[in-house]
Amino acid sequence: MPTQMAASLCTTFSPSTSKGVSLTVARECGQLVFLEGLKSSVDVFFRAQAEPHPLQFLREANAENLQPLYEFVREALKPVDDGEAAWRCPVLLVDDLSVLLSLGMGAVAVLDFIHYCRATVCWERKGNIVALVHDSGDTEDEENNILLNGLSHQSHLILRAEGLATGFCRDVHGQLRILWRTPSQPTTQRDWSLTYQYKIQDKSVSFFAKGMSPAVL
Amino acid sequence: MESVLALRGLVLLRDSVEWEGRSLLKALIKKAALGGEQVHILGCEVSEEEFRAGFDSSINSRLVYYDLFRDPLNWAQTGEALPGGPLGALQAMCERTDPGPVTVALDSLSWLLLRLPCAALCQALCAMSRQHACRGGGPAAEQLCVLGLLHRELHGPGPMGALSSLAQAEVTLSGTAGQASAHMLRRRPRQRPTLETLWFSVLPDLSLDLQGGPPLESQPHPDPHTPQVDPASHLTFNLHLSKREREAKDSLTLPFQFSSEKQQALLRPGPSPATSRIFYEPDAFDDLDPEDPDGDLDV
Repeated sequence: MPTQMAASLCTTFSPSTSKGVSLTVARECGQLVFLEGLKSSVDVFFRAQAEPHPLQFLREANAENLQPLYEFVREALKPVDDGEAAWRCPVLLVDDLSVLLSLGMGAVAVLDFIHYCRATVCWERKGNIVALVHDSGDTEDEENNILLNGLSHQSHLILRAEGLATGFCRDVHGQLRILWRTPSQPTTQRDWSLTYQYKIQDKSVSFFAKGMSPAVL
Repeated sequence: MESVLALRGLVLLRDSVEWEGRSLLKALIKKAALGGEQVHILGCEVSEEEFRAGFDSSINSRLVYYDLFRDPLNWAQTGEALPGGPLGALQAMCERTDPGPVTVALDSLSWLLLRLPCAALCQALCAMSRQHACRGGGPAAEQLCVLGLLHRELHGPGPMGALSSLAQAEVTLSGTAGQASAHMLRRRPRQRPTLETLWFSVLPDLSLDLQGGPPLESQPHPDPHTPQVDPASHLTFNLHLSKREREAKDSLTLPFQFSSEKQQALLRPGPSPATSRIFYEPDAFDDLDPEDPDGDLDV
């Protein structure tokens, strides 16, 4: 039985444009549950107020938490009624959390949402979460820094994608720093950081060691 | 390492994304449990299962665990959440410690500080030691150790300073070349703060291992009388004046400085005739009035 993807919250892309995997097919056969934030946000305003909606916080002047969004994730992970096997090892993809800050939620509210998602997806369902956060490098943006650092402390793996220090390059699109963290388990080997450079292609990404781009060899 | 293990009172373990502190927290918990102390843990950031991983069964059975990870804000409404939310959980911990040596571990203090007002959290921490002192026979300073894990990138100088002022010791984790280090600042009553650096690693069985690296040094807080290197010692230009130059500089009168000599010179008519005169040729459009313009002033 292939690993089943449980839920994907996406603000901008539609399923068919994701690279390498046909998410449209996955959605049709029930492997993928997709919440398209941009489209759903309009629905919020045309629904009766009493009906709960994952993006309900857009309607409320002082939304304190993202509990409705978490409830949506939890419901999506529940097994369907027709006797099919329960979701196993689900993956929650969140694209992206910085947008929630821009929409007025506080950093702690977003951290609480991810906390509850971790409890359900990682601990209860033994799955994984992949979340995207933007780092503008602005040290004055306290909320984004709290979100970024708070998530970093909870993560087991951090992938930092950044541009090249030397500027734009046609054949090397950026640099990826991989930082392994074991927040609870000590490891005797402390060399846990790697840096690669990458080039984004049509439906995939190619990685190479720094300075070893095929274009310059 | 005895200095680390002998910590009492509020101890802040300040870690960072690159140098996590939970392993050290667990190592200190293991040492406390092996020493016969009661150990109470408030777990907010990771599941109980994940936190207990690495401890053997004899130690796990001694740990009293309060799980604030599964449902800290009571969203599930199952009735299993700890009553009173995070602050209630902290207060409940205070009440359940028995008299005698106790180690309380807060995983993490950052989690609590982000969700509780700083003042309320500080008051709860102070109340913890007070209540323990009232219950037990000895002073709380000897009996109670509160280990608080603090992620230093998450908080501003205000809350960090407030917690530092309450803490008897601060252990700041960092490292270099794959080797972790702990910079310990200890404050004892009526003594100068001491600063110590330890190079360590935490083994898979959660015991602490001292590594080689810079030797252990125990020194008082920075000495203001240590001789500093003179930055002006090797310059290609001259910053100093000779004695003659200094005298000439001091005797110079600045043109706009009004001294008493200058005042006298202005008031006294000069002995020599005026050497400068002003010649003026009026234009055709000048309107020269022969009368004194100040003639109407009663001077």
